[in-house]
Amino acid sequence: QKVSREVLEHLEHLALVDFRDAEGVQRLQKAIQFAEQLQEVNTDGVEPMDSVLEDRCLYLREDDVTEGNCTKELLENAREKVEEYFVAPPGNIPLPKLGERDTFLQGS
Amino acid sequence: VALRGCGGAWRQGWQQSAGRARPGPSPGPGPGPGVSPRGQRTAACSARGGAVPAGKSGLAPWVPVVGLEIHAQISSNSKLFSGSQVQFAAPPNSLVSFFDASLPGTLPVLNRRCVEAAVMTGLALNCSINKKSLFDRKHYFYADLPAGYQITQQRVPIAVNGSLSYSLYKDNKMSQMVTKTVRIKQIQLEQDSGKSLHDDTRSQTLVDLNRAGVGLMEVVMEHDMCCGEEAAAAARELQLILQTLGSSQAVMAEGQLRVDANVSVHHPGEPYGVRTEVKNINSIRFLAKAVDYEIQRQIEELEDGGTILNETRAFDSKLGCTVPMRDKEGKQDYRFMPEPNLPPLILYDAKSLPANMNHQQVINIDWIHERLPDLPSVKREKLVEQYGILPEHSFTLLNEEGLAEFFENVVKQTRMKPKKVIGWVLQDLLSYLKQRSLTVKESPVSYFLLADLLNLLEKEEISSTAAKHVLAELWKGEGKTPLEIVKEQKLQLLEDQKELEQICQAVIDRHENE
Repeated sequence: QKVSREVLEHLEHLALVDFRDAEGVQRLQKAIQFAEQLQEVNTDGVEPMDSVLEDRCLYLREDDVTEGNCTKELLENAREKVEEYFVAPPGNIPLPKLGERDTFLQGS
Repeated sequence: VALRGCGGAWRQGWQQSAGRARPGPSPGPGPGPGVSPRGQRTAACSARGGAVPAGKSGLAPWVPVVGLEIHAQISSNSKLFSGSQVQFAAPPNSLVSFFDASLPGTLPVLNRRCVEAAVMTGLALNCSINKKSLFDRKHYFYADLPAGYQITQQRVPIAVNGSLSYSLYKDNKMSQMVTKTVRIKQIQLEQDSGKSLHDDTRSQTLVDLNRAGVGLMEVVMEHDMCCGEEAAAAARELQLILQTLGSSQAVMAEGQLRVDANVSVHHPGEPYGVRTEVKNINSIRFLAKAVDYEIQRQIEELEDGGTILNETRAFDSKLGCTVPMRDKEGKQDYRFMPEPNLPPLILYDAKSLPANMNHQQVINIDWIHERLPDLPSVKREKLVEQYGILPEHSFTLLNEEGLAEFFENVVKQTRMKPKKVIGWVLQDLLSYLKQRSLTVKESPVSYFLLADLLNLLEKEEISSTAAKHVLAELWKGEGKTPLEIVKEQKLQLLEDQKELEQICQAVIDRHENE
């Protein structure tokens, strides 16, 4: 079962991922196939496990101020800054529609 | 606000939207599309107490449906999952840890105080506290969300199925109160995002992560409300409860309490209409306006044969209307997944308390319950019972910060019956304060000055009219005592029979001459 072009485009929008070439899409297909094997197991009446941590104790921290005050270090990695603010584009720039951008999915 | 006048403004308004849209409303359990048949003209739903009046020409009236999603910032020293400080107005990016900035290799560590705050709030709202609750990731892209997801509680939140009772004045008369209840769907713990400052001139956004990671309690109120007044009263009561508990300072002006309204309309007996989400509401007063505007807008739109879009709208307080927050992303898919770095949150009660666990790691729901302070509703009842005042009076006393305390202090210092004192506190004192926009704390007339004055009145040393005059003098804050003012202005009631006769005779004589 192939993954439809609509789904691929939707995924690219959601995850801001670029499948780039046939191999990328193949990898996705294989991952889905791998996960689908779960459907073969009858899990009626069985509580799902969230993670292997689920029986661990969730550690509770005391409400003390122990971090922060490292503005300079944080801004070191910023490509652009304005007076100790990070600079970002104005709002979300939506990924252009399939027809408008240069992507592998166009040709498929 | 005349709808027609605003209609033009809001049709253009989307170009000057109040802010950038965050990803749109979650596709919730869908209400059906409710489009009214063409040509129905109806009166608007009464804004009072939910009664739905018959429309013009006997056609079906509209039933507005209002729910609220309220985010309350938890009052704590440090953030929900990190040790950086929680403080309003600090130099940008100074209260940010590596985890808050989502630098690789950092992990969330849950703050005990935040959990306690959520439990207290859940108990105060009559919720069932989930002894096991889970954390999830809600994914969306936005500059002030560095991780690309928010840690929240989508599957199993910390508290569910509660209720909140609130009161409002019946039919706009300030004399009779009616009590209503709204169901609390749930309370969940989640992270706040950072702040975006939009610089449209330079086409950029400045991001400050000081607020990123601050603990929030999201309180979801079911769509049991029917108008702006109810929504405002419910939100106000929640605000008072949170302030009484101390779980949040809930100051709307500082963003510690943020209210989003979900609004739809439908005809009685028909399925619910499409709902819109209204954001950017900055005060309780604006909440009422925003909800009422949106109800009207939807009714008019449907009556004109239009449809309501399931969208997010921003309230524009200057124009008094709601405008679409257009972000071209379309419907959001948040791709919820369990937060892999946090095991379930387990809470205990007296019965289930584990024997050999470190105290600091255990949260006991019963222990917290025993230590809850008196909630506003209980305080009001106590005031009514103890002092014989009306429920409306105690409502007003608790609605103003410090007023109940002021009243009780005056009562303690004077022999005057509380039922009489309340009139002086609510009518004379409070109206003075309101006229000059002063808080009780800022009152130039302290409780002992007022008590002194009321004592003079009670002992019949001055008349009621004179007392009001003295109060006006005291208001100037010149430091004089009531007795001093009475003496200065010779306001004492005369008791000497002879003196009174002389004065009366003099008046009669004067009139005879005229």
